[in-house]
Amino acid sequence: MQPLIRVEGIVAPIDRANVDTDAIIPKQFLKSIKRTGFGPNLFDEWRYLDHGEPGQDCAQRPKNPEFVLNQPRYQDASILLARRNFGCGSSREHAPWALKDYGFRVLIAPSFAEIFYNNCTKNGILPVVLSEEAVEQLFREVTASTGYTLEVDLPSQSVTTSAGEVFSFEIDTFRKQALLDGLDEIGLTLQHAAEIQAYEARRRRETPWLFQTPDT
Amino acid sequence: MVAATLYDKLWDAHVVRDNADGTSLLYIDRHLVHEVTSPQAFEGMRLAGRRPWRVAANLAVADHNVPTINRAQGIADPVSRLQVETLDRNCAEYEIVEFRLADSRQGIVHVIGPEQGATQPGMTVVCGDSHTSTHGALGALAFGIGTSEVEHVLVTQTLIQSQSKRMLVRVEGQVGAGVSAKDMALALIGRIGTAGATGYAIEFGGAAVRALSMEGRMTLCNMSIEAGARCGLVAVDDVTIEYMRGRPFAPHGAMWDRAVAYWRTLVSDSDAVFDRVVELDGTEIVPQITWGTSPEMVAPVDARVPDPAAEPDPTRRIGMERALAYMGLEPGVPMTRIRPDKVFIGSCTNSRIEDLRSAAAVVQGRRVADTIKLALVVPGSGLVKRQAEDEGLDRIFQAAGFEWREPGCSMCLAMNADRLQPGERCASTSNRNFEGRQGHGGRTHLLSPAMAAAAAITGHFVDVRKL
Repeated sequence: MQPLIRVEGIVAPIDRANVDTDAIIPKQFLKSIKRTGFGPNLFDEWRYLDHGEPGQDCAQRPKNPEFVLNQPRYQDASILLARRNFGCGSSREHAPWALKDYGFRVLIAPSFAEIFYNNCTKNGILPVVLSEEAVEQLFREVTASTGYTLEVDLPSQSVTTSAGEVFSFEIDTFRKQALLDGLDEIGLTLQHAAEIQAYEARRRRETPWLFQTPDT
Repeated sequence: MVAATLYDKLWDAHVVRDNADGTSLLYIDRHLVHEVTSPQAFEGMRLAGRRPWRVAANLAVADHNVPTINRAQGIADPVSRLQVETLDRNCAEYEIVEFRLADSRQGIVHVIGPEQGATQPGMTVVCGDSHTSTHGALGALAFGIGTSEVEHVLVTQTLIQSQSKRMLVRVEGQVGAGVSAKDMALALIGRIGTAGATGYAIEFGGAAVRALSMEGRMTLCNMSIEAGARCGLVAVDDVTIEYMRGRPFAPHGAMWDRAVAYWRTLVSDSDAVFDRVVELDGTEIVPQITWGTSPEMVAPVDARVPDPAAEPDPTRRIGMERALAYMGLEPGVPMTRIRPDKVFIGSCTNSRIEDLRSAAAVVQGRRVADTIKLALVVPGSGLVKRQAEDEGLDRIFQAAGFEWREPGCSMCLAMNADRLQPGERCASTSNRNFEGRQGHGGRTHLLSPAMAAAAAITGHFVDVRKL
């Protein structure tokens, strides 16, 4: 996983609550068996005026000029500003894959759905939870000034505006370290293989039926 | 001993090690695998030169992409076909048990797990699908995961997890006839919102929950994720144990008695403390229908479409306005005046035998209204389908004008050919009414199987208790 330490970039605002992962990446694109290439279909239903299907050349499709990511001022955004309960619904990891593939590295919202939050941190995307008031202020500022940027620093757990105002955020130690180091979690867990085997041996004695397999 | 909730007992029994950073390595007993969220995990495992830790812990089935008609001809869409074939290939390579398309046990992953006894009380159960919460109805700690975690479970049989807070949802007072677990779930979500239980594990309790069948409990736990909770739980009781008896993967003989003795301990202690308690009065719950594009946008059938102007919170107000515009609805219209174009009875929420029975009871001797373009019944598994046919339910549905299909996720998320056209309105027993969920531009109203059947018959939403 690509480490994430500090991101300074253009902020794009998605001004609606409860943005679900079906909206972030619609189901027809989940048929892919790859992890990459989802960026052009990020927010597909809102971003394009036609109906998207896998395999299209998205550069040729009619874009919805109203949608925030189609506005020139938000091109090259790497920070997404959102409302409460962002990423709710389906557990599809294709949602963070699409956000990452598009170029987002940081998401800021008053709250995130749990599975989505977890999936982000496993893909080098930092979800930042700020208060409703702070998010409201950032929405006002980003819409008021073209080229609005923020600096997000994970080691110090802070978001800094170009005017120098600082908002701090919480993140648990494990996820912070995983993002900073770009950790291979599976490799880390396998260092505890002997403990997993010991646990299994104990459970085989205590709850042996869990280790029985029927003839299928 | 300190009083423990059911969640605490399940958690404590599965901790392999506690890490210094506050997380724990949690052992996973059962990993359910489907075609959409697993290919990248198998690929990642292969590229890293790793192997599955315990093959027998996995059970696989294709459900999201599969056609519900003309099965013999295979999958027409080449992209869907490749995904299903990829699952077949991965399972064959690693010798993982898979119920393939032609197998009578094939079906929706959250239907077949309990049906086979492959998900059991006291287990940790995960799947790359948010509706894994369903299996908590058996007294299992069950939650959805992403694809990175699918790979982690495949390779290590564990997950790195932090504990959730505990919420008790207590429903006292029996619900009336015609009111189902679906209505209880929707009423709860209407009350606490779609993020109301984020960060919590919900345990459902109270007389109305204990009175539910396993099917009803599964519906309730299935919808926990729609309230934001990764898992829902119901304590083990006689209903649970009778449900498990004789299922193919369930313990047998002397092992059965040992298992039952353990399962009986899977209840919250009477003095256990929850971080939050939500109480609902079952006697006050009436059939529910969603009117918007989030499951929390829900109203009783006897209500009217709400007016955004009355909503003080600006973010919510804008959300309501956008939802009503998308849904093509005006504030103040009685819910019973809304007319669906299609009716879908199915999904991991409501495709079990009891769901089909309750819909068939409404349909019996009646006809689908002329204005309904399509009324679909999609059983949750091949075995549910066979049982329904043994009971004659298929003939009741077909005589009324319903189509009787092969099992799969179908129009819940429209990854196969079953979908809404832009602007079409659907009475759906599924779990999500998000924009475009059932097809680009489609409009979804969530409700119970009996309510969906009633809407199919009358051509508009109606209180099934008055039909």
